[in-house]
Amino acid sequence: MSTTTTPPSDPPVPQAVIPSTGTALLHSLRTNMRQYGMLVALAFIVVLFEIWTDGTLLLPNNVSNLVQQNSYILILAMGMMIVIIAGHIDLSVGSLVAFVGSVAGVLMIKNDMPWVPALLLSLLIGAVAGAWQGFFIAYVGIPSFIVTLAGMLLFRGLTQIILEGQSIAPFPGGFQDIAQGFIPEMGPYTQYHNPTLVIGLVVVVWLLVQQWRDRRRQLRYELEVVPVGLWALKCGAITAAVVAFTLTLASFHGVPVVLLIMCALLIGLGYVMRNAVVGRHVYALGGNKAAAMLSGVKDKRVTFLVFVTMGVLAALAGCVYAARLNAATPNAGLNFELEAIAAAFIGGASMSGGVGSVLGAVIGGLVLGVLNNGMSLVGVGTDYQQVIKGLVLLTAVGFDVWNKRRAGR
Amino acid sequence: MTGPRAGGAPEPHDGPGAHDGPGADGAPAGAGGRPLLEMRGITKTFPGVKALSDVRLTVRRGEIHAVCGENGAGKSTLMKVLSGVHPHGSYEGEILFDGEPVAFRDIRASEQRGIVIIHQELALVPYLSIAENIFLGNEQTRRGVIDWNGTQRSAARLLARVGLREKPATPVADLGVGKQQLVEIAKALSKEVRLLILDEPTAALNDEDSRALLGLIGELRETGIACILISHKLNEVRRIADTVTILRDGRTIETLPVRTAPDAEPEVSEDRIIRGMVGRDLDHRFPDRTAYEGEDAGTVALRVTGWTVRHPVDHQRTVVDDVSLTVRRGEIVGVAGLMGAGRTELAMSVFGRSYGQYVAGAVEVDGRPADTRTVPAAVAAGIAYVTEDRKRYGLNLIDTVHRNVSLASLPHLARHGIVDEHEERRVAERYRSSMNIKTPTVFEEVGRLSGGNQQKVVLSKWIHAGPEVLILDEPTRGIDVGAKYEIYTVVDRLAAQGKAVLFISSELPELLGMCDRIYTMAAGRLTGEVSRAEATQEVLMRQMTMDGSRGSS
Repeated sequence: MSTTTTPPSDPPVPQAVIPSTGTALLHSLRTNMRQYGMLVALAFIVVLFEIWTDGTLLLPNNVSNLVQQNSYILILAMGMMIVIIAGHIDLSVGSLVAFVGSVAGVLMIKNDMPWVPALLLSLLIGAVAGAWQGFFIAYVGIPSFIVTLAGMLLFRGLTQIILEGQSIAPFPGGFQDIAQGFIPEMGPYTQYHNPTLVIGLVVVVWLLVQQWRDRRRQLRYELEVVPVGLWALKCGAITAAVVAFTLTLASFHGVPVVLLIMCALLIGLGYVMRNAVVGRHVYALGGNKAAAMLSGVKDKRVTFLVFVTMGVLAALAGCVYAARLNAATPNAGLNFELEAIAAAFIGGASMSGGVGSVLGAVIGGLVLGVLNNGMSLVGVGTDYQQVIKGLVLLTAVGFDVWNKRRAGR
Repeated sequence: MTGPRAGGAPEPHDGPGAHDGPGADGAPAGAGGRPLLEMRGITKTFPGVKALSDVRLTVRRGEIHAVCGENGAGKSTLMKVLSGVHPHGSYEGEILFDGEPVAFRDIRASEQRGIVIIHQELALVPYLSIAENIFLGNEQTRRGVIDWNGTQRSAARLLARVGLREKPATPVADLGVGKQQLVEIAKALSKEVRLLILDEPTAALNDEDSRALLGLIGELRETGIACILISHKLNEVRRIADTVTILRDGRTIETLPVRTAPDAEPEVSEDRIIRGMVGRDLDHRFPDRTAYEGEDAGTVALRVTGWTVRHPVDHQRTVVDDVSLTVRRGEIVGVAGLMGAGRTELAMSVFGRSYGQYVAGAVEVDGRPADTRTVPAAVAAGIAYVTEDRKRYGLNLIDTVHRNVSLASLPHLARHGIVDEHEERRVAERYRSSMNIKTPTVFEEVGRLSGGNQQKVVLSKWIHAGPEVLILDEPTRGIDVGAKYEIYTVVDRLAAQGKAVLFISSELPELLGMCDRIYTMAAGRLTGEVSRAEATQEVLMRQMTMDGSRGSS
């Protein structure tokens, strides 16, 4: 405890901080407890099923499959996380997935529109749907629960009207590739998929450069840094993880197209939420709306934008889902909103808003995804799968509540 | 008015030799013989922190015993130990109630013995009636079914006892804070209370309600109910308490008799209590004012003319009525008024029309008309408003210190919409040292800091937004003496830099100690303007209680 009470001195002097390495580490561990905890849980689940399935889980084709299978839920979870951080909820995304999928189907299958403009038009429709809901939530002031509950019914109904209750298929090949395709092979024959190796290398280098630049900047600003040894360990772990993942993918068909889309979203949205003014404003609004407004945050505009973003992401998920199924069906996206919400909460969101991260949503989504995939592989029925997923959600949030209460005492 | 600054710096809290020994002798055994409550050698440790060490507290039967200390001195921890929130076994030491050792497992156990605590944040359910609230958790039943007639009758009796003239069926939401406080006391009485613990009972009350409440506590004393009063308001302590125990840094510093008989004059001065609380003399509670010597000294920085605002829901009611005022550069101008006078409403509506329905009025900053229709516009015009309710309107309690500091000035810390995180941290570190914010790191959750440090975070946020005009609304509410001095120093420094400061406060000594001029408000109107030389508490009080419709400004 500090014992001096010097009054504020006139010209504020920047002060070097000499951290004790232990406290810095402990602090970062404590503040990111939920995320680290979930990362550890994810690793545990992966190892568990890897053993249980005799190594089938991490076979290259299954890893590819895992990525593609969970892509649309992960995309929704990222958007849902932002919505929940802002202190809202979106129940309409499952129906919106179906609605956009059906529109895309009608455009491409019934009207023979080329797939690129059809995709762009679909995303635009998602934005409009998001704007519709965002308008009522932000500017009219109807609670998001109600507006999106209405949206859930509305978009589901519209889907059935558009499709006249029928599934339509098939989609053009280019569109299918969004969900099912891989980036093309290039160069000489090696045992591995060449472009994937290149991408993996680029990612490793980029991540390491980021780490190094971050550290250097922190040092220059005389801020706390983790000790060198620990930092090296962290870099090593990152490298190992990326290399292992790359080699796994490269020994099958390479990088799925949808993985690139997801990575772009994760990096882009994560960056905006962490570093952009608008992202900070989302956190501030969710944390304390009144205080944020009195600090000059344009609450209505930010809320509106959050729902437009969610709309676009739901539309993207709708396209990915339709492409994976290679059909537009009236029952697409059933219960997707619940999966996405569960992923966000497992990944560290709080019911009252203001906390969470996009990466957390992805981790939460992967926990659910690996559970799904692993349990299917070992032949657990969908009935038990639901029971287990329910318990996982309860445990994850319960652990967080318990951890917070302990820290609060 | 203010003494010289003590060598430019208040002495460290823990100055050597400042302690009068760890705990002077307990209160002398009073007329009641055996004391009602004795807490001995109470030591409570949290992971890494010793919150209480060897604390003793002795309360006689039927006395009002004040407990004073700075924030973080251990008052509320001690009360949590006493009331069983921290159960027996989680602390060391012993508690004797009525001469018997007690070991409370939870709050219910302590309530059964007649120890009832009323928290600062009231715990009433707004949509339930007064009667339902009084008997919440203690429902009056006959054969397992709630006896509504009995409930109403008992509630009416209790309300009469606390002097609250309301129907028992009135929903609590319809009552003001003062009356809600009385309902809490009625609730305590329904449990056959023998020792009532009041935590900052008058913090949210106006003078009139405070007086009524203190009067009630005095009456309860006559019926033999002892009371532990935790308060920052030392004048109240002097007015009503029989004994005062002072805590500092988790230790009992001393127990002083305040008066010998209930109606006798107090024998302890406020300064004496303050000395115990901070371990140093504070004969100068306010820093010396430093004059601003810029070229534009004395030019009007803020001019509000004809400002009129209606109530946000009840549009018939005018809450701020034709208020005009000016603040010059380098000037600290006070706004005095009782609760409901419209001070906060005036400030918030000027700041981005954040309160009520705007009717008329104009704002000029530095002689130019300023657009203050939205908060961002007001900020851009160079106005900052530091709220009176920092937890609700000032801070994102679940976020870190550094992000709270930067929130109002993010656009300045960003390029192309991207926040420069390192610069942000550096700014936060700078304010941490210049404002003396006590926090382990700038990444600490603001909700974990003490009130005074939270207030410094709010101030840092607005100072960093770079305003020319600062409206400070009760900037020292609910914070301890040492932190108050630091806040005053900051305010003085702002004025010395040529900022215009509008200082809203309910504490008249504070206004008298800090301001160059003081406006008074009553019922939404300005009722007077006094210079520092003319101002006295009596003058201000007279103008604050004037009939608003006959204002003279």
